[in-house]
This record gives sequence, C-alpha cells and structure tokens, in this order.
Amino acid sequence: MSTTANVSAASGRRFAGRSKRVLPGFGLSLGISLFFVSLVLLLPLTGLVLETSGMSWDQFWFTVTDPRVVESYKVTLLTAFAASIFNGLFGLLLAWVLVRYDFPGKRLVDAVVDLPFALPTAVAGITLVTLFSESGWYGQLLSAVGIEVAFTPVGIVIAMAFTSIPFVVRTVQPVLEELSPADEEAAVSLGATDGRVFRKVIFPSLWPAMVTGVALSFTRSLGEFGAIIFIAGNTPYVSEVTSLMIFMRLQEYDYAAASAIASLVLLVSLVLLFSINLWQGRYLRRLEGH
Amino acid sequence: MSITIDQISKNFDGFQALDEVSLDIPEGKLTALLGPSGSGKTTLLRIIAGLESSDGGRILFGDEDVSQLHVRDRNIGFVFQHYALFKHLTVAENIAFGLESLPRKQRPSKTEIQRRVDELLDMIQLPDVAKRYPTQLSGGQKQRVALARALATRPRILLLDEPFGALDAKVRKDLRRWLRALHDEFHFTSVFVTHDQEEALELSDQVVVMSQGQVEQVNEPASLYARPESRFVFDFLGQVNTLSGAVRGQKLSQADAWVSLPGIQAEGEAQLYLRPHEVQLDRSPASHAKLPLRIESISLIGSEVRIELTPEGWQSNEIWEVGMSHSEFARQNPARGERWYAIPDVGHLFLAGANHPRSVNWQYPSGISASNQ
Repeated sequence: MSTTANVSAASGRRFAGRSKRVLPGFGLSLGISLFFVSLVLLLPLTGLVLETSGMSWDQFWFTVTDPRVVESYKVTLLTAFAASIFNGLFGLLLAWVLVRYDFPGKRLVDAVVDLPFALPTAVAGITLVTLFSESGWYGQLLSAVGIEVAFTPVGIVIAMAFTSIPFVVRTVQPVLEELSPADEEAAVSLGATDGRVFRKVIFPSLWPAMVTGVALSFTRSLGEFGAIIFIAGNTPYVSEVTSLMIFMRLQEYDYAAASAIASLVLLVSLVLLFSINLWQGRYLRRLEGH
Repeated sequence: MSITIDQISKNFDGFQALDEVSLDIPEGKLTALLGPSGSGKTTLLRIIAGLESSDGGRILFGDEDVSQLHVRDRNIGFVFQHYALFKHLTVAENIAFGLESLPRKQRPSKTEIQRRVDELLDMIQLPDVAKRYPTQLSGGQKQRVALARALATRPRILLLDEPFGALDAKVRKDLRRWLRALHDEFHFTSVFVTHDQEEALELSDQVVVMSQGQVEQVNEPASLYARPESRFVFDFLGQVNTLSGAVRGQKLSQADAWVSLPGIQAEGEAQLYLRPHEVQLDRSPASHAKLPLRIESISLIGSEVRIELTPEGWQSNEIWEVGMSHSEFARQNPARGERWYAIPDVGHLFLAGANHPRSVNWQYPSGISASNQ
C-alpha cells in the first residue's frame, strides 16, 4: 500500500507537468507539428538568409537599392495597399451580405468566395488579362471611357485584389456571425440611427478582424506573382512588381541577389504580421477583459 | 404613461406566438408578464418595444398609437437578459450612449451629459466604475449599468426582458429588491418578463399570466395567488394538491376518499384544487372530508414544516404537500410512514368542462361563494 503510494507520488512529481493534462498525446503532436514547421517553414527561410549572407553588406545594399528594384518596391507597395483597401471595403460588404441576408444561391456565393484560393494564380492571371485586355469583355467597356487596366498598375491592383479577397471575407465573416443581435437592438432602442449603430456598435467589434484580414491580404499581395505577371505588362519602372524582380534574378542565375530581395520582402511581411498580432492582442484583451 | 395593447397577434412560421392579446398596463406601476417558455411573453414585450412587428392589432402609449413607430422613436428603455452592454465602451460611455444618440438639437452639452452619467452612477450605487469596461464588472453590476443606460434618456416606459435570468440566486434577490426600491422612488411605468412565479409575485404591482399566446389572468399578486381563475394559473403558481373524482349528492368521491361539497348542485366529473396552506392534517378524518394520506417526507428547513404525502386507497397525479407551523409540528409530532387525514379549509372546484373554479369553504359554511366571478 505504502509502496504504491510512494511510487505514484514519485511519478507524480516527475511528470508534474504532464500528469495534469487530460488529453493524451500532447508531446507527440507538438513534436510532429514543430518538426513540420521547421521542415516546411524555418529551414527554407534559413536557407534564404544563408544564401544572402554570402554577400557582403555593400553587395547586398547595391542589389536591394538598384533603381529598377526600388521602383518595383514602390509599385508593389502602392498596388498592394490599394488592393487591400479595396478588399477591406468589398470584403466587408461581401461578408455582411453573406451573414445578414438570406437569398437564393447564398451557399453558392459563399463557396465561390474561396475560388481565388483554389484557382491556380496563373489561371487567374490569364483569365483576368483576357477579360481586361482591350478586346476583352471588361476591357472594351473600360477603354471606351478611357480607362486602361491591362498592362498598367491598375491591372496589378485587380490581380492582387482578386487573389487575396478571401482573407478579408473569411476573417470578418465569423466575427459578424458571432455579434449579438441584442447589442444592436439595445443601440436602436436608445435612439441610435442605423449609421450610428454601425459606427459605434458593429464596426468596433469587426475592426480587429478587419485589420487582420486586410493585413493578410496586404502581405499576400506583396508576394503575389502568378496572377500579376500576365496582366501587369511588366514595363520596367512602371509595372514591375518585386516578386518579378526576384524571378528575373533567378533567371540570371544570380541566386544571391534573388534571395537578398526576397529576404527584404520576407522581413517586411513578418514585421507587419507581428505588429498586427501585438495590436490585436491588446485590443481584444480590452474587450474580453483579461 | 399607460400602455394599451389592443388585439395584438403574432405568427412565427405557423406558430401562433400571440393570439389577439388585449391588455391594459397602468401608468407608474410595475407589471410582470409571467408564463412558461413559449407563452408569448417575450414576444409581447418586444412588440411593445417595437423590436418585433405584430401581424395585427395596435399598441398605444397613453392615447398615442405607436404601432407604426420605429423603436428608436418610441422613447422606451429596454433591458436585456444578457445585458447587451457595448463591450468596447466604458461604463460611462455606455450610459451616455442614449444621450449622445439624440438629434443634435436635443442633445445636451458634454458637461450636461457628464453630470447625468454621474447622477445615474450614483443611482445604481456604482459611482466608481465609470472608467471600467463591461467585462470588468460582475453580472449584477452589468445589469445595473444596463438599467442606468436604459434610464439615461428618461424614457416613457421601461421594459425588462428576464432582467435577472442570467444572475445567480443571491444576486438575483438583491437586485430584485433594489429594483423594487428604485421603482417606488421614481414610479416609471415598467413591464418585465419572467418565468419565475416568486419573482413576479414579489416584485410586481400587477401580474399578467400568459399561456400559449393568450392572457390567462391579470391581477394583483395577492389576489392572483388566492383566487386563480383557471387550472393553468393554479398549476403554474406554486404547489397545488388535487383530488379528481365524481360529484354526486353534494359529495366528491374517489375510491376511499371523499369530500362533502355543501351547496354544489352539479353532478359529474370534477377536480378539487387545494393549496398547501388551505389544508390541515389530523390523525382522524373530519365530518366533511376523508382524505387518507401516508407521510412520505418531512422538510424542516424554512419558516414552515413542509410535509409530503401520498394518497392511501385513492389516486392523485402528484404528491400532496401540506404546510405546518413548527409549533404545531412539535405538538402533533407526525412521523414518516404514518397515516394522516387531510382536512381542507378552503378549496377550489373545477367541474368538468368549466374553465373557472367554484370556491368551497368548509370553515365558514355560510360563506360559500358560488364563484369567483
């Protein structure tokens, strides 16, 4: 009797952390997850940095500040910004319609939202260029009013917006579904107009999800390649995106330069995601009160 | 502001939630809408508020027909079961919400709003929480803030939807008492929905009992308990002991049990309803009733001893319950398993097919009243 008690006390001490868990398999599942995270994410990233580290600081600086490359940063940042702002507005509208209203074909629309994720980006690019070229369905109409989309930065914005819209819809949608109708009813019973209810009650709850969605959409747009190259026209200093510059360096077998530019893009994306996460954590803590 | 509900109906996809309900809610009184779930009480409250539209009928505040008026123009205060406070706003901002929603011309100045918020925080006895967020408050505090928010614009009518439903028993009792005191001080016309009989009877000036989309009875709490007008109200409000049987020759009997019914001429199937406090226990039957029962359990906790009994030699759908004072209990000393006889003082007889009971009084036989009506 006393021996068993001793043994269990000892093992209890040894596995103090583990014995409190109810679900088994924590160690195994965490191990596998970390292994794959390393294999698929960390290792290639390390390779990227290693490849870059072969360069001297001057070489690195020279590569990433090449005027044509710098121009591509501007184009990429501006178009990605425009695309994610558009997605923020349109994605919110789409999520709103999908959550708030019932209409025939709602399930279909809901499924179609994911299409940009499922579709190969090259297919998206070719489709877009067919539609927006001067002889295409949309291109004809737009050129009639003097707007050129294909082979201009506007085309880049459209390609980026198309491929990253699901981020906004899919982050805002669940939050919108969770909103309690009582909050809105309370606001209306207090005399608030519809606009005020949206601004003061609904939007503050959606805000964190929207920022996350827009940020994801933005970072995704920074790296978009397949959909863009077909529609962008790739005119130097006008409609070249950074991912294209990386691609061009690769075609020249200049791996070091390619990874130098790539690591810069990586850095920007990571900084953005981390800061969004920090901000959101703080905002949500206030709402949920921890 | 009194409220008149005139033939309000509401149908949800084939479910008749309200069936031509008409009701008058007096000014300055606290009225309870009481009923089981699905009785339509919450729907009625939401229709009064304008959060739900009715299929037919009118709602009047005073003499004004508000049926077509939007919620925001009805000038009501509404308190929700789960508080519905705005999580991203501080307590002060929550309370000020209604004032800041007023059209620019009617909106008070910033300092005026500030003053009113402070005043309301004092009223709800939470002067120090102005800068906190709702998640930092307890359930009872949240509901007080919700109430202050609803009262900020000085609404004509205060509507509360199960306001204590999400709180635990102790807080619920405190808040109930506090709301009653607040009401006695300010006398706003208020309507609250509840499924808790005790809450309705303790808190309100007038109780509206609802069942299946209809009003069963409207009365003051004391009259409602003493004179229920239907089987439903009887069953719904507190414990009741029943004897079902046949009436023949001014006597209701079933197997070994019988009760004399002086003055009742009708014959046929009938049910006698007896409240626990309308029955006494004795070791031998009385001249007007023989109701043999066996004691099943005795509960000593409370201001009264509660004795549960099962019929002996006859049937009843539910266990009987009789209350006895502690001094009486000490004198008589009943014990579990013993056979006792129930001696009714006052009873309520439902004849077959009748919706309303007839009172029977054995204590003062001269005082037999034919009916409540």
